[in-house]
Amino acid sequence: MRKHELVIIGAGAAGLSCALASYHAGIKDILILEKEEDAGGILNQCIHTGFGLHTFKEELSGPAYAQRCIDLLSKTSVQIQCSTMVLSVTKEKQLVCSSSQYGLETIQAKAIVFATGCRERSRGAIQIPGSRPAGVLTAGAAQRYLNLDGWMCGKKVIILGSGDIGLIMARRMTLEGAKVVAVAELMPYSNGLPRNIKQCLDDFDIPLYLSHTIVKIEGKDRVSGVVLSQVDEHLQPISGSEKHFDVDTVLLSVGLIPENTLLEQAGAQLHPKTRGPVVDERCMTSLDGIFACGNSLHVHDLVDFVFAEGQRAGYAAAEYLKKTYMDCNVIMVRPEGNISYVLPQKLHTSDTKLLYRVKTPMKNAELILMSKDKVLKRVRKVSLIPSIMEEIAVTKELLQDCDEELIVEVKPWKN
Amino acid sequence: MKDIVIIGAGIIGSFLAYDLSQYQLDIVLLEKNKDVGCGATKANSAIVHSGHDPKEGTLKAKLNVLGNRMYEDICKTFNCHYEKIGAYVLACGSEEEEVLKTLALQAKHREIPFELHDYLTILQHEPNCSDKVTQGLYLPSTAIITPWEVAISLTENAMLRGCKVHLETEVVNIEKITAGYCVHTSSGKIETRCVINCAGIYADHIAKMINPESSISIQPRRGEYFVLDHTKEPVVHHILFPVPSNKGKGVLLVPTIHKNVLLGPTSDFIDEKDDVSTTKTGLDYVKSHVHQLVKDVPMHQVIRTFSGNRPVGNTKDFIIEEDSDFSCFFNVAAIESPGIASAPAISQYVIDELVSKRLCLQKKTILPDILKRPCALSEMTYEKRQNIIKEDSRYGHIICRCETISEGEIIEAIHRPLPALTVGAIKRRLRPGMGRCQGGFCEPLIIQILAKELNINENEVTVEETGSNVLVSKR
Ligand SMILES: Cc1cc2nc3c(=O)[nH]c(=O)nc-3n(C[C@H](O)[C@H](O)[C@H](O)COP(=O)(O)OP(=O)(O)OC[C@H]3O[C@@H](n4cnc5c(N)ncnc54)[C@H](O)[C@@H]3O)c2cc1C
Ligand SMILES: Cc1cc2nc3c(=O)[nH]c(=O)nc-3n(C[C@H](O)[C@H](O)[C@H](O)COP(=O)(O)OP(=O)(O)OC[C@H]3O[C@@H](n4cnc5c(N)ncnc54)[C@H](O)[C@@H]3O)c2cc1C
Repeated sequence: MRKHELVIIGAGAAGLSCALASYHAGIKDILILEKEEDAGGILNQCIHTGFGLHTFKEELSGPAYAQRCIDLLSKTSVQIQCSTMVLSVTKEKQLVCSSSQYGLETIQAKAIVFATGCRERSRGAIQIPGSRPAGVLTAGAAQRYLNLDGWMCGKKVIILGSGDIGLIMARRMTLEGAKVVAVAELMPYSNGLPRNIKQCLDDFDIPLYLSHTIVKIEGKDRVSGVVLSQVDEHLQPISGSEKHFDVDTVLLSVGLIPENTLLEQAGAQLHPKTRGPVVDERCMTSLDGIFACGNSLHVHDLVDFVFAEGQRAGYAAAEYLKKTYMDCNVIMVRPEGNISYVLPQKLHTSDTKLLYRVKTPMKNAELILMSKDKVLKRVRKVSLIPSIMEEIAVTKELLQDCDEELIVEVKPWKN
Repeated sequence: MKDIVIIGAGIIGSFLAYDLSQYQLDIVLLEKNKDVGCGATKANSAIVHSGHDPKEGTLKAKLNVLGNRMYEDICKTFNCHYEKIGAYVLACGSEEEEVLKTLALQAKHREIPFELHDYLTILQHEPNCSDKVTQGLYLPSTAIITPWEVAISLTENAMLRGCKVHLETEVVNIEKITAGYCVHTSSGKIETRCVINCAGIYADHIAKMINPESSISIQPRRGEYFVLDHTKEPVVHHILFPVPSNKGKGVLLVPTIHKNVLLGPTSDFIDEKDDVSTTKTGLDYVKSHVHQLVKDVPMHQVIRTFSGNRPVGNTKDFIIEEDSDFSCFFNVAAIESPGIASAPAISQYVIDELVSKRLCLQKKTILPDILKRPCALSEMTYEKRQNIIKEDSRYGHIICRCETISEGEIIEAIHRPLPALTVGAIKRRLRPGMGRCQGGFCEPLIIQILAKELNINENEVTVEETGSNVLVSKR
């Protein structure tokens, strides 16, 4: 049986940065397993620029960003084995994978990092009524067809959901000659980054319908049209507000879900909100020596955050392997009120940072960290929106004052 | 001159093609779609009902009971999935318990195994059962299958026995000729001595092509469903029925062969035969009704919705008869539920009661070996799999992550005697795209493989019928 110190599953931004960090922390025997022919993950199909401002202090395209990481790794002993699908993982850290080249293989690792990315929410998951013709795709699939395979998937397009991939595809399809008739968003605000609304919709005169949803898809073999309806404050369609659009394509950008089938099968505890594993500040899951980072832990908006999280997981895995880690008290972190989720869900008393998102937009707010009734920290926040992940640093000293539970809350700012 | 033309390759047409092709007959099976089993046979609850509930004295009652007893062996023959998981009909309160008693008596009379369970006993088998339930009729002989899988295997083996199968061939008219019938199709005409009409929802149209006076009329009654993802702990372990009403069997929870769970169906008459769209009203109806049987329904696990149309006739029973004015023209119509469960017995009945009275049936002396459904790689032992990959490395290349399907298996399906020519056909045979990502990851790869193997461009690959292309033009 093959044996490796550290096995990383997935060679996207998270997996690659994780490997770099672990290597520089002293772990030399690292194997990355990747199912695609090339390393890079989702970056490979993001041919637009806007990556890497934090990490490389340069604005790069997705593939260029991935290449930077791969180049850095090529100078190390880290092995990247592509075209290899990991099929199962046990909590004893045994993996089974399959490839044309080596067939089925069993690998024993001392530590494992999951960096398996995320999948897109599909039509079925959001239950759009109507017929089921060809031409209803996730925005990421359309992006892949266009940017990797060179095929357009439609000529007259409506996009449901204002997630970033949807916005980017609105621009991309327009540039390739398609007519994007509208982007419709169920919520009264967009889920995409403000700069993408500007650069991808406004600059191309593509209308954004907030508080709208598709209530019917029409067409027998291929989509022929959709019915769009406004929704009320309970997100229910308002009858009488229907508008009909003749389109041949519906792109869905309605959310990403961390891909954790294998981790779940191994027995790790998953979080119902993030749909990623429950982790501590080292990115360690509920299974000893098994870590997670990047979009498989929670969905990120910016690759630089993914990169940073990969580094954290890689460093922690190295510490784990070198057994330099000292276990101490565990504090559970609990979101309250308008906080959608906080990561990590578990903390040990050390200097670290918390990542969080709000459920609905808030202006002029303050973020409060509490233990029982005691306020540990408050920070003013001018604006908070769900599409932007926020972070807050916590110190060892602060955590020493904390009970078993740390509560994270946002409230309107009062002087 | 052919002996028999069978119209429609649903579960009924494929059983007839397979059963009849053991005789020395020249048979043609015509199907308008690119694949078999794409009518009602692909969109239903997939239950081999025990036969306890059809009305006494009907063909439905008789053929369902017989069909149920035949399925296990048939599925074994073809290596098709079959699981006798059992069903519960659940009563809430004394009024419904009375209905259970009647059903139990009927089951007893039909020699169908059954038990009456109280709430606590049910709870041991179905921990998620609603506390409104007071009693349940347990029917252990109820089974689940994958209906299109059976239709595919039957058709494929009928082909090996010499039956001709013409896909993408729609019957547009039928003419009486001296020696029999001339069947006009979208791709030419065929002369035949006999016609068997198993055109499902269109069986009335076909019947009227030869006899405009035919009294058969078929109205579509739509059934809408949710599909839940497969998880370690499914919501239910048996099929759960409410007590039946005049609208049919009601909204059910049905585990599928692949550990998904179906919630549905609705039961609404509609106008358009081909309209299999889902509706908000229908789906909301299902949502509100499943809660009567179980406590928690994990609606966040929904990965898909679909609907199918039952071909409801005007006699409240299956219509299986020779046309009154045209001999050797057999109608097998109004095969609504329990049509899947009854299919093997329907086929036998058609042969014994109709065909054998008109044609001399002589068995072929030699029949080819059965071509079994290929075993999924993911169901094999490690060693066996390793060996297969050693012989052909394409079996090591995994295309579908959710359902673990290799390139080798997809290529094999494209080149079977009954070829998988569309994305949908591959999905029905191997399940890529049926998992939680719904094809987001693997569909691009499957389109590439289909294009390469069929030697066509990627934008010529369709999901189902002509016009259902995913890609439109090169960048
Ligand atoms: C369309 C899109 C546009 C974006 N635009 C921007 C932008 O403009 N600027 C920016 O900064 N950020 C952007 N982002 C965000 C950022 O780029 C991504 O979130 C980040 O690249 C994700 O990295 P990851 O490693 O977590 O996941 P991925 O890149 O998805 O990598 C996961 C890898 O794991 C592999 N894998 C999964 N399962 C298995 C298995 N069982 N066996 C083997 N391998 C497996 C996958 O093949 C994949 O390569 C964008 C993201 C998307 C999706
Ligand atoms: C919602 C729902 C739930 C059900 N649940 C169950 C269940 O749990 N158990 C059970 O036993 N039964 C069930 N049924 C019933 C079962 O699905 C049907 O009885 C069965 O599938 C009928 O098979 P068929 O071959 O007669 O029809 P179909 O499968 O519809 O086949 C007819 C075929 O004829 C073809 N055709 C039509 N016109 C032409 C033409 N002009 N030329 C060429 N070909 C043509 C069609 O393309 C089609 O392939 C259910 C049905 C529905 C709709």
